[in-house]
Amino acid sequence: MTRSARWIVFWLGAGGVGALIVLALLKMPSFGGIVHPYRELSVPAAIGRSAPNIVSSVNFDQRALDTLGEETILLGSVVGAAALLRPSKDEREQLDQDEGRVLEATKLLGYLMLPVTLIVGLDVVTHGHLTPGGGFQGGVVLATAVHLLYVAGSYRMLRRVRPKTWYQVAEAVAGGAFVILGLVGLLLTGAFLANIFPRGVLGDLFSSGTVFYLNVAVGAEVTSGVVVLLSGFLAQALSVREVR
Amino acid sequence: MTPLLVVAFLLVAAGGTVVVLTHEPSRQAVTLSVYGVLLTLLFVLLQAPDVALSQVAVGSAVVPLMVLLAVRKVRGKR
Amino acid sequence: MSLLPYFVAGWLLLIGCFGVVRSRDLIHTVVCVAIAQSGTYVLLLSTGFQYGASAPVQGAPGPVVDPVVQALTLTDIVVSATVTALLLALVIQIAKRTDTVDPDKLDELRG
Repeated sequence: MTRSARWIVFWLGAGGVGALIVLALLKMPSFGGIVHPYRELSVPAAIGRSAPNIVSSVNFDQRALDTLGEETILLGSVVGAAALLRPSKDEREQLDQDEGRVLEATKLLGYLMLPVTLIVGLDVVTHGHLTPGGGFQGGVVLATAVHLLYVAGSYRMLRRVRPKTWYQVAEAVAGGAFVILGLVGLLLTGAFLANIFPRGVLGDLFSSGTVFYLNVAVGAEVTSGVVVLLSGFLAQALSVREVR
Repeated sequence: MTPLLVVAFLLVAAGGTVVVLTHEPSRQAVTLSVYGVLLTLLFVLLQAPDVALSQVAVGSAVVPLMVLLAVRKVRGKR
Repeated sequence: MSLLPYFVAGWLLLIGCFGVVRSRDLIHTVVCVAIAQSGTYVLLLSTGFQYGASAPVQGAPGPVVDPVVQALTLTDIVVSATVTALLLALVIQIAKRTDTVDPDKLDELRG
């Protein structure tokens, strides 16, 4: 359809949606109110299962099945993007000889921040059930830590340290580990993804049962997924050339 | 409602508008990164540290990087 | 004024759709879709907020904000970033095959 026809359809649609949104939002409970039924149910349940970080407990213990679904979406989109970004049959990978110059200040900051970011990422992943954090957040922090090597060094250096197949295998294994933990729960108690490991004392590192292990599995999967994704984009932008 | 929260919400609305109204995708990557930081600030003010951690890593680093790499790849074709 | 957060969320959704319709560059379109998605995060977190409550980590004195909506939002953010990556990969393929990223020039189905 022509551009002006598209605009007419858009304004009609936006007007309708906007009116419906306003009507619906006027009936919402006012912002900052006291009525939160989900909170009344989930907070005591999380404390009872020895997980101080209630959001992690909801994600990995009370509603772990939803997290399995989200993780599968992540796996699927990473596989799809990696397949789309593969060099096609009339393209070859050729690394540029001239890598450009990196400022000394950038190099210093990058090399200083790389071990710090790695340790912070590992801390965020493993302490996910105690303090704010968890597998998803820590996984992205770890993936950006790996790419600080590209920012501070060169693309060639990044490629040497980051063999793509390891990360692809790690992603698949971590995704499988999540499902296997669920199946173990199914075998032992009859409920998929049941919390079977010892609960421990509130506040210990190895407490709250499966939440710790599921956090580590999701952290590994998100890290590997984001690294594979970025490696596809970096390869396409920097080294894949058409060969006619 | 505290003035700080009001300002944070209005900044997020303004930031979203600015990102949409920026035409060049290479410039949009920068404004998207700033918008990610504004959203993180709002999430911290709404007492959601887990969500803020997610947003700052993803919205300020990973997505703008991918946008810039896509722009570089597509640059010769437009 | 107490409904401002919800209206900001609705505004972000509509301005994202406006950007998609107006766009002349497919990468710009993908970024506008990401803006529309962020409207849902604002809406979810605003419904869970309570004045004077603290973050949902046990050991905080007093009431906490709703943790279930935060759990929904945080996985949403990471997963939608990978879906954005998938959309950008599609845009790169379109550019390679048809030499343009202008949506107005891409209206024929090629057999």
